[in-house]
Amino acid sequence: MIGARILLESLKKAGVEVIFGYPGGQVLPIFDQLYDFDLKLILVRHEQGAAHAADGFSRATGKVGVCLATSGPGATNLVTGIATAYMDSIPMVAITGQVGTHLIGNDAFQEADVTGITRPITKHNFLVKDVKDLARTVAEAFYIASSGRPGPVLIDIPLDVQRADTEFIWPDQINIRSYQPTYSGHPGQIKKAAKLISQAQKPIIYAGGGVITSGAHLELTELAEKIQAPVTTTFMGLGGFCGTHNLFLGMLGMHGTAYANHAVMEADLIIAIGARFDDRVTGRLDDFAPGAKIIHIDIDPSSISKNVSVDVPVVGDAKNIIQQLITEIKILPDTRNWLKKVNDWKNKHPLIYNDDTESIKPQYILQELFKLTQGQAIICSEVGQSQMWACQWYQYLTPRTWISSGGLGTMGFGLPAAMGAKVAFPKKEVFNIAGDGSIQMNIQELATCVANKINVKILIFNNGFLGMVRQWQELFYKKRYSYTPITSPDYVMLAQSYGALGMRVTKKEDVAVALEKAIKTDNTVLVDFRIEPEENVYPMVPSGQAINKMIEGLA
Amino acid sequence: MRHTISVLVENKFGVLARIAGLFSARGYNIASLAVSETLDPQISYMTIVVEAKDEKVLEQINKQLNKLIDVISVTDFTKKEHLDRELVLVKVGCLVDDKKELESLFDKFVGKIIQIKDDAAIIEAIGDQDQIKALLGALDKFGVKELVRTGKLAISN
Repeated sequence: MIGARILLESLKKAGVEVIFGYPGGQVLPIFDQLYDFDLKLILVRHEQGAAHAADGFSRATGKVGVCLATSGPGATNLVTGIATAYMDSIPMVAITGQVGTHLIGNDAFQEADVTGITRPITKHNFLVKDVKDLARTVAEAFYIASSGRPGPVLIDIPLDVQRADTEFIWPDQINIRSYQPTYSGHPGQIKKAAKLISQAQKPIIYAGGGVITSGAHLELTELAEKIQAPVTTTFMGLGGFCGTHNLFLGMLGMHGTAYANHAVMEADLIIAIGARFDDRVTGRLDDFAPGAKIIHIDIDPSSISKNVSVDVPVVGDAKNIIQQLITEIKILPDTRNWLKKVNDWKNKHPLIYNDDTESIKPQYILQELFKLTQGQAIICSEVGQSQMWACQWYQYLTPRTWISSGGLGTMGFGLPAAMGAKVAFPKKEVFNIAGDGSIQMNIQELATCVANKINVKILIFNNGFLGMVRQWQELFYKKRYSYTPITSPDYVMLAQSYGALGMRVTKKEDVAVALEKAIKTDNTVLVDFRIEPEENVYPMVPSGQAINKMIEGLA
Repeated sequence: MRHTISVLVENKFGVLARIAGLFSARGYNIASLAVSETLDPQISYMTIVVEAKDEKVLEQINKQLNKLIDVISVTDFTKKEHLDRELVLVKVGCLVDDKKELESLFDKFVGKIIQIKDDAAIIEAIGDQDQIKALLGALDKFGVKELVRTGKLAISN
């Protein structure tokens, strides 16, 4: 069997149903095999779209997303997508063609050192120089991508390896001696954690994307209810705890809710689960949660005590550890006074915006969207203001309903990611919350959507600005709007020319109608909402400040 | 402060680049690095001397190294009994009159003159960091023209 065929057989063995890709000179044998092979490829319009779509597919399903590109520029176009997946610990396998082994290093046509380029942005990568190693490499790649703290893995396959012939042997078991992730938490550490919880008076659970990765949302709910601790999640953790639960405080950090930030700062115990104390969460580190002891549950030992010092680290899988923790906690803390205080903050500092205007407020669109979808949609987003509003104003009820680039903050992520999610769940409503800046970064994927009937619904919050940067310029650079006003094409005509449905909404009273129409339309839909141009995202913690030093302004 | 760590890695294509890349990407400094095959040709042994400003940084270096898929194990010798040696080659000025004095140095230091040519001597010496430092101090007056070091090798004892 030739290498190209071995690759496809291996992908099937690994459970792959769909790949996102783009052909090219150094992957011709693979595409030739795909021609009549039982594996679907979605042909994107730019390789970056393939990487984000594979990522979106993975975030929506928990499975390993797969993208495929040719050597050189095809591979380098994947780079932003791979880095995005890496920062958010998303399991993904990226396959790239490479020039023939005899040409490597010769500056051949469309040659790039792709394993070199992607080394710092992959969990691991491989250059397959011998066809005999190919099947095992694919098996290892899927194992590495999906186990431990997940992440993207790249396999670079030279042209001659794709053509070379060997027997196809799929390894039944993968054992990598140098890679043994820890899943079960240390019992002694769990005992210590349970003791701290029993003694706490003002505990708070700070949950991150690890809860979603490990499928620990039910356990998290059980734990929170058992110890009656309020729960805040990170951006990546949204959906890991029900957004309408009375113990839920919303997201914390730079654009978190005021009550989540106040609660974290006053807590005497922080139970961090699958989160990494990112700078957008902690604000000024020296001032972060001064009175709190910290329990940190994470599968990646290097996340522990990286940014903040931790009292009780527990390395392992969140689901396992929370289960063990629940049985271990014998004495429940009395948190009644604490919850009362937290609720006071909730009442005094709610998320708020000035709705008393003629213009369309982005927050209002999201509220209407939540009402119409009952929180059952998958919400993807681009990056910037629209993204932060989507964190604040749509309630995520279940895991994997919020799909957005957190760590890397990649503009242009939303549309292809929504495509990936919609391919995974054709019957679910999938929205992309976009700004007029971000949507123009991968707008070409409209063609992919229409051609493959991937009917995503794109809601552009069009304010004529690169809004988040403009907001910073307004607040910290004396309103000198340097290169942030931005023009757009006529989105209605643009959608039409791609074969999608385009709508423009300029009045508040038309918002709900437009959303309903978008949902009912059996096509890709792009809605151009003309929103209040200088609306800001609040609350906001200025960079480098303690997280309770928020600007809470009513815009 | 300088710390010596040893890293057992899979002897695979690109592994040195992974280690070096990790140090540069995370802003850690390598003072020296020595790599070679072990008894098992599939495994390489690296001795790395790192500059770490505190325990926290050292802990992160350990953890980040362990996180690399090709890293089998990491040993931090800071709090572990070990022996270390370094090999240096030093070219010093050596006029005819200097030869005796130079030779007499090796009553005190482990090392030898391996070549004398064109008013210069090449000296080979092996020792721990203090011994090497002391030797280099003693050689100073002859005029050190060139110095090559292997970097430290460390082994647990």
